[in-house]
Amino acid sequence: MSAENTKVLYGLYNDEEDLKGAVKTANAAHLDIMDVFTPFPVHGLDPILGLKESRLHYLGFIYGAIGASFGFLAMTWIFTSDWPTMYGGKPYWSVPAFIPITFEMTVLFAAWGMTITFYTICGMWPGVKANSLDLRITDDKFCIAFDVTSASDSTVDNLKGFFKNTQADEVNVKMM
Amino acid sequence: MSQPVAAVRHILIEGNKSYHNITEDLCSPTEKAPTREWIIAFSLASAFLALYLFAVCWTVWKGIGEWGANRSINWAWDITNFVWWIGIGHAGTLISAILLLFRQRWRTGVNRAAEAMTIFAVICAGQFPIIHMGRVWLAFFIMPFPNTRGPIWTNFNSPLLWDVFAISTYFSVSLLFWYTGLVPDLATVRDRAKGFRRKIYETFSFGWTGSAKHWQRWEALSLVLAGISTPLVLSVHTIVSFDFATSVIPGWHTTIFPPYFVAGAVFSGFAMVQTLMVITRKVLKLEQYITINHIESMNKVIVLTGTIVGVAYLTELFISWYSGYIYEQFAFYNRVFGIYWWSYFGMMFCNVVSPQVFWSRKIRRSIWWTFFLSILINVGMWFERFVIIATTLARDFLPSSWSYYRPTWVEISLFTGTIGLFFFCYLIFCRVAPVVAIAEVKAILKVAGDQYIGPDAKNGQNEQVKHAH
Repeated sequence: MSAENTKVLYGLYNDEEDLKGAVKTANAAHLDIMDVFTPFPVHGLDPILGLKESRLHYLGFIYGAIGASFGFLAMTWIFTSDWPTMYGGKPYWSVPAFIPITFEMTVLFAAWGMTITFYTICGMWPGVKANSLDLRITDDKFCIAFDVTSASDSTVDNLKGFFKNTQADEVNVKMM
Repeated sequence: MSQPVAAVRHILIEGNKSYHNITEDLCSPTEKAPTREWIIAFSLASAFLALYLFAVCWTVWKGIGEWGANRSINWAWDITNFVWWIGIGHAGTLISAILLLFRQRWRTGVNRAAEAMTIFAVICAGQFPIIHMGRVWLAFFIMPFPNTRGPIWTNFNSPLLWDVFAISTYFSVSLLFWYTGLVPDLATVRDRAKGFRRKIYETFSFGWTGSAKHWQRWEALSLVLAGISTPLVLSVHTIVSFDFATSVIPGWHTTIFPPYFVAGAVFSGFAMVQTLMVITRKVLKLEQYITINHIESMNKVIVLTGTIVGVAYLTELFISWYSGYIYEQFAFYNRVFGIYWWSYFGMMFCNVVSPQVFWSRKIRRSIWWTFFLSILINVGMWFERFVIIATTLARDFLPSSWSYYRPTWVEISLFTGTIGLFFFCYLIFCRVAPVVAIAEVKAILKVAGDQYIGPDAKNGQNEQVKHAH
């Protein structure tokens, strides 16, 4: 990991409803939230955080299409050009018999492609050290984090005031 | 909260849990020293696994001649076991994928363990076709790649090769689905752990932080994986049934096989989930997560699929009579009243008659009945595969090659050995990972049951619902 050079001010909430309320308050006050961390996917959080819908499923479609083409074209090439073999008097290019494998290749490519993409864009791999602000975030705390590396004291005070107003359970500063 | 919840849905998680309680309850089995029951069960499973390894070595060293399989009955216990395990391996993905798409939220209590079960069952299933090859060191011949043997490619028109693709795809996609679901929970275990244990969970949780964007992508990925796993799970047993249905053996080449195999797979898979869940919830004290309502829901699926399977059995008999084709008629007459009549009646009793008791709500909600019937159904489904394979082959085209099949100790050891392998994997899983999906349970904690207005609704719920309407 790189050196710890981002100063983060974060507040912990006890409930997802408090969290959502706080995010709305922050939006109204034009506070620039760095990230929000939760123990489980909180529904209704994405729109108020302004997160666009994930485009992962478009990629899934593309990977699937690649898998289908690869499977079908490979079988076609093998059985019509590379090594045509007669099985039970059937045509060399027996399309119906290729369908099961084409289908499986579609699913295989879509699933692996999407999963690998998911871990890559999230920066997650075996051995990546989690940069957790608080260990209880994976348990029962809901966290809003602000980047205050180059923030003035008044901004920090403003943010602390925000956490106080929105009933954050704890407010801390951490370098990460 | 934006998703619809049936107004009559029971609460899913009992005991008024807080988020921290859930973490505590579900992580603690991985943190404590193993219990005495676990050690006994694990030793037993390991003993059977050792027996399995011994029987595999014996088979490889001495050859397939050590089995009772012969020229007429060349698919015997091995392929029976293969189809049986593959069938068991269907419930996990069905629960995770199809029930996710249908927004059946009760699945969160059981999906993790059921998916793990799927993976272990597919591992067990995969053993048999490979051992059956005899020369296991040539198993790589099934992989199509440009090779120095001609190149001789595999036959892409063969259902046996479709099987290779279907099962390996199914295994790897189930593994991805399961593991991706597991990552946030491993992070929960990681954040509670210390020292060396923490290091291990750090590696396996891939640096999960719980960032909102990651959760959003995680959900998108889960949904699409569920979407593509649904046709996948249906395709796998369909293709397994093609091994039989595309052959020219009377009794096998029937178009009813694909749906009938899929229904049977769901049936046996749910039965195995019940067997495991009834024990797991007791031993790990998860009664408030895997509730009687879960067991009842699964029993409803069992009675439905058991009845579908029963209709399929009767349809087969009717069609063979109606075909007016004597070879077909003989195949089925022989199946019911032939040398293996006991396996046919065993199958009928276990699979069709016995699950009908689940029409009674009281029995559906009884732990002991559920456990007893789940075992009976597993036995019945094993009989089904044996009936299809052995009775059909024992009376083939030439009466001079009619034969009878008896397993040898090697085959029995291989079969019981894979049960050991299965439980070996499952018991390790119970120790190292949360058996109930922690994050998913937390996500449904508040939503589920909020609108339930039945007699044992939580305080104030009835009021809320009245206001909502």
